[in-house]
Amino acid sequence: MKLRGKVHKYGANVDTDVIIPGVYLTLTEPAELAEHCMEGIDSEFAQKVEKGDIIVAGTNFGCGSSREHAPIAIKASGISCVIAKSFARIFFRNAINIGLPLLECPQAAEESETGDTLEVELETGEIRNITRDRLFQAEPYPDFMLELISAGGLIEHTKRILEARRSG
Amino acid sequence: MTLAEKILAAHSGKKRVSPGEFISARVDLVMANDITAPIAIMEFERLGIKAVFDPQRVVMVTDHNVPAKDILAAEQAKLLRDFARQQGLVYLDCGKFGIEHVVLPEQGLVLPGDVVVGADSHTCTYGALGAFATGMGSTDIACAMATGEIWMKVPPTIKFVYHGRAKKWVTAKDLILYTIGDIGVDGARYAVMEFCGEAIAELSMDGRFTMANMAIEAGAKVGLFRTDEKTVEYVKSRARRPYQVYEPDEDSQYSKVIEYDVSLIEPQVAFPHLPSNTKGISEVGEVKIDQAVIGSCTNGRLEDLRLAAEVLKGRKVHPDVRCLIIPGSQEVYLQALREGLVEAFIQAGATVTMPTCGPCGGFHMGVLAPGERCIATTNRNFVGRMGSPKSEVYLANPAIAAASAILGQIGGPEEVVDKK
Repeated sequence: MKLRGKVHKYGANVDTDVIIPGVYLTLTEPAELAEHCMEGIDSEFAQKVEKGDIIVAGTNFGCGSSREHAPIAIKASGISCVIAKSFARIFFRNAINIGLPLLECPQAAEESETGDTLEVELETGEIRNITRDRLFQAEPYPDFMLELISAGGLIEHTKRILEARRSG
Repeated sequence: MTLAEKILAAHSGKKRVSPGEFISARVDLVMANDITAPIAIMEFERLGIKAVFDPQRVVMVTDHNVPAKDILAAEQAKLLRDFARQQGLVYLDCGKFGIEHVVLPEQGLVLPGDVVVGADSHTCTYGALGAFATGMGSTDIACAMATGEIWMKVPPTIKFVYHGRAKKWVTAKDLILYTIGDIGVDGARYAVMEFCGEAIAELSMDGRFTMANMAIEAGAKVGLFRTDEKTVEYVKSRARRPYQVYEPDEDSQYSKVIEYDVSLIEPQVAFPHLPSNTKGISEVGEVKIDQAVIGSCTNGRLEDLRLAAEVLKGRKVHPDVRCLIIPGSQEVYLQALREGLVEAFIQAGATVTMPTCGPCGGFHMGVLAPGERCIATTNRNFVGRMGSPKSEVYLANPAIAAASAILGQIGGPEEVVDKK
């Protein structure tokens, strides 16, 4: 699957409190959460983001709380994937589980700026910066994660486990 | 194998596990709270099964937005309560229990050697008991509730050794803040932090919970302590089921070993907006505050309240400061009442509230306005963590927070205790 969108770039340690502040955790509707996405770090994000856009960030993206509301808000805002130098572990699991693609690629994160256009090939991990005519290669997913993603996320994967148990 | 590897091997039916390996581990307990359970319940219902794997091993806690701060919060708590009743789960409601990570150990629901997953990042607190406990999101928790298992990548273990004897007013909170200040907020990303050394053996269980609680602030999966006689004494009267203690092998492979001399560490303050942005109290300078919060899953236990009372008793909170004291559980609250701590707080001009996560996450009961500063014994000082993105949070131990409440600016207890 090929993704294409404009970059919104942030620094290191973007935490889940700035992605979706605590006061909005009584919301569960993705569209409502999206209205407040990135509010703590970029108050205009919800207005300027367009479908397909890509968040690019430094190390430890998504650190902090376990709130799944964070990847839900990002996905519902129209962001097609997040590229970072590294991800915090709970955020990483949550994003994969709900179907928000993440790519770990320090070089792409370093050499892309807000407003650049990127093209991402999810299957191969190829990231092309169209604006700067540069090609980057993201870290490949481990086999287990690929299995999870190809099953359609954790819920579908778990349904298969439960089905296998039922049929003994 | 390390302590973490021993526990994970035993829970995945393997003789050995190694870092980087993907396993499916049996869980001893699954937990969710009033902000994470609603999504977990919605996802659980998508799985097309009727019952959780074992109702006695699934715990629901209301503690974040309760007593309900508004109609949406009330709806969330109701959703959780209805699900817990319908499924026959262990249900810990506000007014009877308190903050999840204070209450679960108190109630003997988490035990040494367990694998515990919770839909809250501070689930790593139970590492203090020698349990492999880690936070996850709502979908992971929904699937763990259904299957009683969880997939995991076996993490590497970083060993932290604390030598020497801590000075007065230097607490477990200072050791963990100092450590995070040293290694950074991703210094233990994806790893296990194993805490040991003679200064760790000296810590009470309350102190160990404080340290384990903040392992996530260095990016860790869990902050693990070895089970010793203090642990066994703590769980003896509380355990509701048998448990097994695991020990690391002599030849455990650590990805790194980091050593500290705690006698050189002074009380720490983490400046905005990262827990790693630490300074010794002597380097703080003049920082005026509007609010002090003493409590939370990090520092809301009896030892913390005793420490705060040692500073506040017979003195007055500064006229420009609101001082909120939040016992972590009803059990802690009752004991604080019996010991006269609550009276000392109220006479000092502090307010004592019911157990809640309220102000720590900017949810309710102590939210900050733009430009306001708060010193807090909580665990995070991210932008907007306690309210306005233009407010500031400084993290410290309960004695520093109490002294700062009296001084009206951040300062150490020796500035007030010796000048009665």
